[in-house]
Amino acid sequence: MATTISSVLNQHSRDRRNLIPILQKVQEKEKYLSPASISEISGYVGISENDVYSVASFYSQFRFTKPGEHTVKVCLGTACHVRGGARVLETVERELKIKPGETTADGKYSLETVACIGACALAPTMVLDNEVQRSMTPQKVVDLLKSRNKAENDAK
Amino acid sequence: MPNNNEYTIYICEGTGCVSGKSHEIRLALEHKIAEQGLNNVKVDFTGCHGFCEQGPIAIIEPNEIFYTRLTINDVDEIVQSHIMEGKPVERLFFKDPISNRSIPYYRDINFYRKQQRIILRNCGHINPEKIEDYIEREGYNALKKVLGQMTSLQVIEEIKQSGLRGRGGAGFPTGMKWEFCQKEQSDIKYMICNADEGDPGAFMDRSIMEADPHTVIEGMTIAAYAIGAGEGYIYIRAEYPLAVKRLRIALQQSENMGFIGDNILGSEFSFKIHVNEGAGAFVCGEETALMASIEGKRGMPRPRPPFPAQSGLWGKPTTINNVKTLATVPVIINKGSEWYSKIGTDKSKGTAVFALTGKISNSGLVEVPMGMTLREIIYDIGGGLIGGKDFKAVQNGGPSGGCLPASALDLPVDYERLAAAGAIMGSGGMIVVDSQTCMVDLAKYFLSFTQEESCGKCVMCREGTLQMLKILEDIIEGNGKEEDIDLLLELAKAVQAGSLCALGGTAPNPVLTTIRYFRDEYEAHIKEKRCPALVCKNLINFYILPDKCQGCGICKRGCPVDAISGDKRMIHIIDQNKCIKCGNCLDVCPERFNAVTKVSGEKLQVPQEPIAVGSWQNSESEEKL
Repeated sequence: MATTISSVLNQHSRDRRNLIPILQKVQEKEKYLSPASISEISGYVGISENDVYSVASFYSQFRFTKPGEHTVKVCLGTACHVRGGARVLETVERELKIKPGETTADGKYSLETVACIGACALAPTMVLDNEVQRSMTPQKVVDLLKSRNKAENDAK
Repeated sequence: MPNNNEYTIYICEGTGCVSGKSHEIRLALEHKIAEQGLNNVKVDFTGCHGFCEQGPIAIIEPNEIFYTRLTINDVDEIVQSHIMEGKPVERLFFKDPISNRSIPYYRDINFYRKQQRIILRNCGHINPEKIEDYIEREGYNALKKVLGQMTSLQVIEEIKQSGLRGRGGAGFPTGMKWEFCQKEQSDIKYMICNADEGDPGAFMDRSIMEADPHTVIEGMTIAAYAIGAGEGYIYIRAEYPLAVKRLRIALQQSENMGFIGDNILGSEFSFKIHVNEGAGAFVCGEETALMASIEGKRGMPRPRPPFPAQSGLWGKPTTINNVKTLATVPVIINKGSEWYSKIGTDKSKGTAVFALTGKISNSGLVEVPMGMTLREIIYDIGGGLIGGKDFKAVQNGGPSGGCLPASALDLPVDYERLAAAGAIMGSGGMIVVDSQTCMVDLAKYFLSFTQEESCGKCVMCREGTLQMLKILEDIIEGNGKEEDIDLLLELAKAVQAGSLCALGGTAPNPVLTTIRYFRDEYEAHIKEKRCPALVCKNLINFYILPDKCQGCGICKRGCPVDAISGDKRMIHIIDQNKCIKCGNCLDVCPERFNAVTKVSGEKLQVPQEPIAVGSWQNSESEEKL
């Protein structure tokens, strides 16, 4: 029976070495790894669900709950840390009223932290969806989230 | 007068500049040039120049005029003034932070002038998505030379003679590593490029792969030829999407032109490269963990021996080299080991790439010969600290590295001397901090990183780092005890001894070096409940100075927790019980008033409730201020 992730699975041979690439592709498509996906991957690769979960849970890239429409990733790399990354994170937490790993009640935003995005010269940084935001300050965070919300409301 | 010169405009499209909309700037330039009907101008893009803070960056040929901090609004002026009238736009030149002079030419900028770029030789000078650009700059010549004229043993000998050591951090001699693997008898061997640049504060591997991916592929193919590997893997962080994209493009081009694949350049040698994206586990930078991850398992290190050269990926002999090591290989083959071995110090040959960041004026990637002093790197190249502030410490080598104080500034940088001072070369992260960084907090920052990233296999790494972290948290929160410093030192030793891999083995370094060089800061936290850098929240307070507050109300409006009271023309007051110490009031208080201050270990006399501006009188508070 064809499921939503069959097309992803069929691009890989049923070999353990493809487990992480498969998990990555499934997450790219589904935004997270649902119990149903884990079960299907387990069947496809031929290893137990426990084993699939043990690998997936080891790597911080993988999520097991559905993320929000938008993702805010605050960089907590060293350069960001010494230039005020923690204050950026606090501001996002306050504005969105969630902690890292959580999603807002309306399902709009998820908040994550990342160890370093390698854009240290632009510190402190955060990534909104896939766009790197440079030299952030608490005020810039507030303005950015406000302008995004406004743009979305206007579009509606 | 019409200007008939030929121009090429190179726009940087590395991660940093792209975040400043450099791609849109390039499109706007192309549009404007077409609109004006100019046919003497070419527009192209490059990878990262390593001077991301000044981005978006453009270089205009001829003469390498260097433009910084471009925006879309600058496009018209560049085309009109520089291209059509032959007058470069001065306001876009780089401003030297020390002399304050505008510098038009790339070659005259101190940040670049004192560097010796071998590993980063092509970065910013070629279009990373065009193999022709790489070939034009001697690209793939080394591979041709190796396949046409050298045996695998000769290649290994050449690399051994050059003195090249692994740039991933540990500094193991590359030629010897290759030799171990070459000697193994096996039908299958693997060559791995470790591009899992996980150290926070390091981004040179990303820059190289974004700006010059072919050099990594060429170096890797030469290494594979030397050890006899037919298959290779590039293990790269998924957090670097642009680098992944450019590597994949480069691999395709390289295969199309016969530089990788079957019977490379008509020889007997075949080599195939796969790209594996890491999934966000710092420990996978460790070679045995990295291989486990490629095999589709949890990325946990295992004991060595057997070393990867004997039993690596799927039990086969394997060599793992860092991106920078491989990027150096083609240059050594082209220019010879003798040339290379003359650069650097006695035991550390060649150049080192540092990611110079933090409170430094010129943030960016710096490649210098081994043996240059920290002072030269930080002041001559880095332009000193932002705002001319005093240097406090430099943190070298990321979470495995150490913090060095001002007394170490004249230390020549190489593997041995950094290690002797308690830091490491590591990944090359070099984070400069000023008096506003708390060293206890910085140690806690690094330890919480390694603690989180510990894979959990070794008890001391898993539990020991956690206990150390809890002690540091106590100290930072003002609950430190006098015996805590000794306890930290004792635990540090145990963690180092009881860990299988370098993650645990080096995790205590930031704590050890901050205690070694900044013990007084630990003691201030513990004994006086004071944070000298005014960072640790439990130990600081914000006050509005009653003699300076003009009652404008900006701070009150900006306070996220309504901790500030006061009306127009009234001296505002912060409710210390409500204050979350976010520092917003300090940020927003207009500079001409400068009425908000941050203190640690002291209490300021302020009115109990808002009173009229100008009515405050308190001799005690004036004395203190």
